This record gives sequence, C-alpha cells and structure tokens, in this order.
Amino acid sequence: MSQGTPAATDGWQPSERARARAAYRRTQHRRALLVAGVATALVVAAVVSVVTTAPGWERAREAFFSPERAWEVLPEVAAGLWLNLRVWVVASVVALVVGMLLAVVRTSRVPALFPLRIFAVGYVDVFRGVPLLLVLLLVGFGLPALRLPWLPVSAAFLGGLSIVVCYTAYLAEIFRAGIESVHPSQVAAARSLGLSRGQAVRRVVLPQAVRNVTAPVASMLVSLQKDSGLISILGAVDAIRAAQIATTGDYNFTPYVVAGLLFLAISIPLTRLVDAWSARQGWRGELRGVAGAGVVR
Amino acid sequence: MTTVSARGPGPGTPLLALRDVRKSFGSGADRKVVLDGVDLDVAAGSCVVVVGSSGSGKSTLLRVVDLLEEVDDGQVLLDGEDVADPWVDADAVRARLAMVFQQYNLFPHLRVLDNVTLAPRVVHRVPRAEAEAAASAMLERVGLADKARAYPDQLSGGQQQRAAIARALVNGPELLLLDEVTSALDPELVGEVLDLLLSLRHEGVAGRPTTMLVATHEMSFAREVADEVVFLHDGRVHERGTPTQVLDDPQQERTREFLRRLR
Repeated sequence: MSQGTPAATDGWQPSERARARAAYRRTQHRRALLVAGVATALVVAAVVSVVTTAPGWERAREAFFSPERAWEVLPEVAAGLWLNLRVWVVASVVALVVGMLLAVVRTSRVPALFPLRIFAVGYVDVFRGVPLLLVLLLVGFGLPALRLPWLPVSAAFLGGLSIVVCYTAYLAEIFRAGIESVHPSQVAAARSLGLSRGQAVRRVVLPQAVRNVTAPVASMLVSLQKDSGLISILGAVDAIRAAQIATTGDYNFTPYVVAGLLFLAISIPLTRLVDAWSARQGWRGELRGVAGAGVVR
Repeated sequence: MTTVSARGPGPGTPLLALRDVRKSFGSGADRKVVLDGVDLDVAAGSCVVVVGSSGSGKSTLLRVVDLLEEVDDGQVLLDGEDVADPWVDADAVRARLAMVFQQYNLFPHLRVLDNVTLAPRVVHRVPRAEAEAAASAMLERVGLADKARAYPDQLSGGQQQRAAIARALVNGPELLLLDEVTSALDPELVGEVLDLLLSLRHEGVAGRPTTMLVATHEMSFAREVADEVVFLHDGRVHERGTPTQVLDDPQQERTREFLRRLR
C-alpha cells in the first residue's frame, strides 16, 4: 500500500481529507521507523555492554578479534575458501539434478519404474536420517579401503561425494513436496490438451513445483555451502582447515573468525540474491494479487 | 428507501453512507480507477443491491466498506463516523460488520461449528459453551444443524455458503455485506442460498431484519430483496432507484444495455 496518494492521470486531485490521511500515515510510518531504530539501539547497547564488561573481554578480544592476525591469515583462509566454493558449486549442481530425478521417479506412476521407485524411497530414508558427519567418515575412509583403481581418493572428491549423497536425499524430499503441491487438476488440464504423462510432468507440473519450493531449495544450497566446510575433517585444505593450521602455535583463534566471516560474506548475499530473483520472477507472494492480501489496518 | 429503525447520532443519519469514494489500483501508466466518486446510502434495516458487469467495481465497493481496501479519497461513514480515516480502529469497525464471500472462504482446518464460534470466542471473548450454543442456534437457522461436526470439504457448495452466512451472522452484525455469494455455486444450489437470504431479509434473525449491502448478478433476487438497486459501471453510479424503476424502466442507455445482455 502506498503511503501517499497515487499520481492521478484522470484529473483527480486529492482532497484536503485525502492529504490529511496521507500525512497521518506518513507520521505513523516515521513513528514505526523511530521505534524500530530505538529498539535496535537498545539491544545493541545491551549486548556490547555485557560483552565488553566481561572479566575476560580483554584476553578474548586479543585471541579472537585480533585485526593484525586477521589480515595476516586472510590470504591462506581465502585460498582455502576457493576449494569450498568449487565443492559447493559442483555438489549443488549434482545434488539438484539427482534430487530432482529421484523426486520425479518417486512420484511417477509408471509401472516399469517400480524398482527405481523402491530404490528412491530407500535411498531417501537412509541418507536423510544419517548424520552428514557419519557419511563423510564412512565414505572418506571406507571407499579408499576398497582400493578401486579408477576411484579418485582425494579428500576434496570424497568429501564432496559425501555431501552430494546426503543433499541429494534432502533435495529429493523438497522437490517431492513441491510436485505434490501442484493441484491434480493441472495434470488433468494438460492431459486433456493431449500432452503425454511425461510431457505434463515436464511442461506443467515441474515448473510449478520448482516455483513452490524455491525458498527451501535456496536455503538448502546455502546450507550446503556452509557444510562444504566439513570436508576439512578428511584433510582437505579448505577455509576451515587453513584456519585450523593457522591457529596452531600461537593459540590465537582469529583465523576461525575470519573463516566464519568469509562464509557469511558468501551466504548472505546469496540468500538475498535468490529472494530478489524469485521476487522478480513473480514467484514469491503470488497471492499478492488476490483480494484481501493488501489488508493494512 | 425505508428507514426501519433509528440508529446512530440522528434519526436522519443512514447506517452507512459513502461520499465521493475513490479507489484505484496500481500507479503511473498502470493505474486503474476502480471507484470513481461513488455516493451510496444504506439505512438501518434496509437492503441495497449493487448490480453491474464484472469489473464494474462492485466487489471493491464492498471491500472498501469492510476496510479491506484503503480508499484514495472520500468518506465511508458508519453511523456518521468516517471509518476510512486511518486513525480509526479498523478491527473494531470490522467487528460490527460481516462479509460473505463468493468463494465461501470457510477455514478448511476447522469444523463447521468451530468456523462459526471462532470470532465470538476470539474477538468477542464469549465463553466456549455460550458461543457453541449461539453457533448451534445459528446453524439451525440456516438449516445446517446436522452438519456442525463436519469439515467444510464434506459439504456441498450451497451448504458451505450457508455455513459462511451463519458464521457472518453469529456476531449480530449491524450490516451484512454479500459479495456475489451465489456466483460460485452450481445452478441447482443457488436456490437454497437465495431462499435463506430472503428469509433473513424478511423474517430476520431474532426478530431483527438484517441490513444488507449486496453485490449480485441475480436480478430476480435483487427484485425480491432490494429496497434500492444501484447500477455501477466503470466505478460510477449510473442509475439508482427502486427495483422496479431500475430493472423494469431504466433511464440510462448503459443500464438498458447491461440488462439486455443478461437476457
């Protein structure tokens, strides 16, 4: 709802009454902003005073927030982050594609796909329920033990594989929810136009399913970016491992804080980007056009 | 128009009065004027029926009265008080009114009885037992006593709409807003809803005739219930008068054209 009065193209000029209402709404809006500002300032002040008056604050600041140390380790940690980013991009693409396939298989009614459907159910049941850390350890140390000559055994590959295995299961469940949220009448409409079952799924159901789950999928991908740090336990030198190496010797933990900030520097803009993109596509708030969605008072 | 009971500040004050109400959606080149200076009175105890083609602004008019839309300009006077002013407590105003929607809008997760008792219990703080007694009586009134324990999706469209009417009436609203309440119904179910509304109009609830502002396509219904018929076109009132005047002897070419197309 606009705060003021819309620009007239039909010669209508707002009356004195309409201008008074607009002025009142502006005042209310300013008051809301002021309240928000004061509340925020109070909370920040409280947190800052609690932390800085703590008995150990001086030492903690030196051990965790040393600007010089942060500047020193930045290149190493950033180099480690580059590995996280590569793992993230590759794992995301693979998990999205395979997760989508699993969801389609699981929701399909084609008799020939029955064994695959059973597999999809079992796969999701297992890997959604097992901690990612456990999968990492089993894949990271178990697969190399098989001594398969064609299997790459780098920590980054095995770590990425474990992440893909788990996230495929999570994403398959999200996509399945999205597919099931599309009303059956959409399929009926598509089939009545002569589309085959597969065409109806691909052209009508999946596009709507993806729109419905954009937000949870985006949140999963951000989560994946963060979990890419777990490959460090297999020995891959990513941002976290680089930070860990940098802390040995002087017990200054600033590198961990640097690594954390670098992860945030990626994930926060990413989240905003997906939000803005889906809003521009008109995917978010598709109910805005529905009567009643604009109730203000 | 007939004034049945005196209400509000003065005997001459209508329960509801719209004065030069303007409403548009969008801005700039996309701006669409939906209400272009509408004046309208509804006296307590009377029934005003708004007719007009799709997109004429009927629904927006009702939604403006229920404060579901903010006007660009003009007054919405309820008992003489301008409730369009943003400093008026809109929740309190809406609690005095009730609206029935084209798509019923029953809450699918609640049983019919709980749909009806929700507002009395949450808004008016009526104890559960008392609210359920009142709701049961109201469901009896609309002929749904046996469906109180059912969920909305177990009812036919006509039953759902009658449940929605019971939900609207249970608070004893001063004004009932009916927005195309039969448009989503199968033809054979329209009758049961219109019969109920006619009975509400003529016999009322608890002896009090229900004041109504109605948007409808049902000309026969308009003819039977309306004290005044208002013809809306492109957001303007083009003609108003008794049902006989407007529907049988329209003076405006626009009105004649609209009525011709209905036949």
